[in-house]
Amino acid sequence: MFNAFLQIVRKELLGAFRQQSDILNPIWFFVIVVTLFPLGIGTDPALLARIAPGIIWVAALLAALLSFERLFKDDFIDGSLEQMMLAPQPLTWLVSAKVFAHWLLTGLPILLVSPLLAVFLSLQESTFWALFLTLLIGTPILSLLGSIGVALTIGLRKGGVLLSLIMLPLSIPILIFSTMAIDAATFGQSYIGLLALLGAMLVGAITLAPFAIAASLRVSVS
Amino acid sequence: MLQCKNLTCVREERVLFNNLNFTLAPGEILQVEGPNGVGKTSLFRLLVGLSTPYEGEVHWQHQSIALDRDAYYQNMLYLGHKSGVKPELTALENLHYFHQLFNPKVEFDAWEILTLVGLAGYENVPTAQLSAGQQRRVALARMWFSDCPLWILDEPFTAIDKNGVQVIEKLLIKHAEKGGMVILTTHQDLLLPPQLYKKLTLQKPAAGEQYV
Repeated sequence: MFNAFLQIVRKELLGAFRQQSDILNPIWFFVIVVTLFPLGIGTDPALLARIAPGIIWVAALLAALLSFERLFKDDFIDGSLEQMMLAPQPLTWLVSAKVFAHWLLTGLPILLVSPLLAVFLSLQESTFWALFLTLLIGTPILSLLGSIGVALTIGLRKGGVLLSLIMLPLSIPILIFSTMAIDAATFGQSYIGLLALLGAMLVGAITLAPFAIAASLRVSVS
Repeated sequence: MLQCKNLTCVREERVLFNNLNFTLAPGEILQVEGPNGVGKTSLFRLLVGLSTPYEGEVHWQHQSIALDRDAYYQNMLYLGHKSGVKPELTALENLHYFHQLFNPKVEFDAWEILTLVGLAGYENVPTAQLSAGQQRRVALARMWFSDCPLWILDEPFTAIDKNGVQVIEKLLIKHAEKGGMVILTTHQDLLLPPQLYKKLTLQKPAAGEQYV
C-alpha cells in the first residue's frame, strides 16, 4: 500500500519535471504578484513590513488556486484518473498521494522562495520565521481544501471560477489565523497558540479531506 | 463470475437499455455489439463501477460490486476509451506504474512485453510522441502481465493494425482457455473459437419506453 503511494508521488514528480512550466508558472506568479506591491504602493519599509504578511498569504492563496487546474484535470482527460479509481487500493489513500505530490510541487517551492520575498518586503527575522511556519502548516491545508474543490468541479467545462468560489471562502480561516500569528510575531508576542490552531486545522484536513476528495471524484466522474 | 441483474441505464432522462441480464462465466469471451449510441460504453462504466445503475445490480462472485469495491478491483482489468497512459512519461515508465499499482505481485520483464506489443525501440520515448496506435499498444500491454481473471475492454482495437489485432485475439483466447473472462466491444469481426465466444446485442428500448 505504501508502495502505491510512492508510485503515485513518483509518477507525479516525473511528469512535472518533464513539463516544467506547470511547476514554474505558479511560482513565477507568486513572486511577481508580491514584487508588484512595493512598486504600486511605494517602498516605505514600515508600511511594507506592516502589510507584507497579508500580501504574501493572499499571493500564496492565488498561486495555489492557479496550480489546481493541473491536479486532476490532465488525469481526467487522459483517463488515468479513471484507472486510479479502479485500482485495488483505497481511493482515499491514492488521492492523498496525489495531494502530497501537489504540495511538493507548489507548496514547497513557495516555502523555498519565501526568504527572498521577506527581503523584498523588508521583514524582520522574527516576523519571517512566523511567516515561514504559517506557510509550512498552511499550504498543505490549501492543497487539501483545493483538491476537494477540484474534485467537485472536474467534470465541468468552465470549472475555474466555480473552483475559486468554493475554495476561497474555505481558506479564510487559514488566512486569518496565519496573518494574526505573523502580526503577533511583529509585535514580539507569542504566537504558538495560533500555530497550534493552524496545526489542528491541518490535522483535521489530513484526516477528513481525502474522504471528501474520493467521494467527490466518484460523483464527478460518473 | 460476473452477473448483470436487471440493469437499466438512463442518461439525461433517456433510457439507453433496460432490464439487461447476462452472466459471464469463466472461460467465456463476450462481445457486446450494437450501433453507436446504444450504450455500450455506458454499460461498461456500470460494469466497472464508475457510474451507478438507474436500476439493477452488477454482481461479482455473487456479491454486489458496490459493497466490496477493493475485492472486485483486485480481479478486474478495465481498458477504456481513454487509455490512461500518461503522455509525458515513456512507455517503460507507464508500464512500471501500472504494474506497481495494479499487479505488484506479478513478475514481469517490461522490455519483453514491449517487444511483444511491437514497441521495441520506443521504450524511452515519451508516449506523447508515439502514434495513436502505438499509444494504444502501451495501454494494451497491461494485458500481458495482468493476473486479473476479468478483463473489460472497451474498443481495444481502436487504431490497432491487422497484425496487432491477431496478436491480441490470440492473447484473449489464451486468457479464456486458462479460465479467464473477457467482455469487450468492437465493431470488427473477431476470429475466435465458437465454444469460447458469445455475443450480446444491445438494442434500443421499445418506442414507449425510451424516456423515464
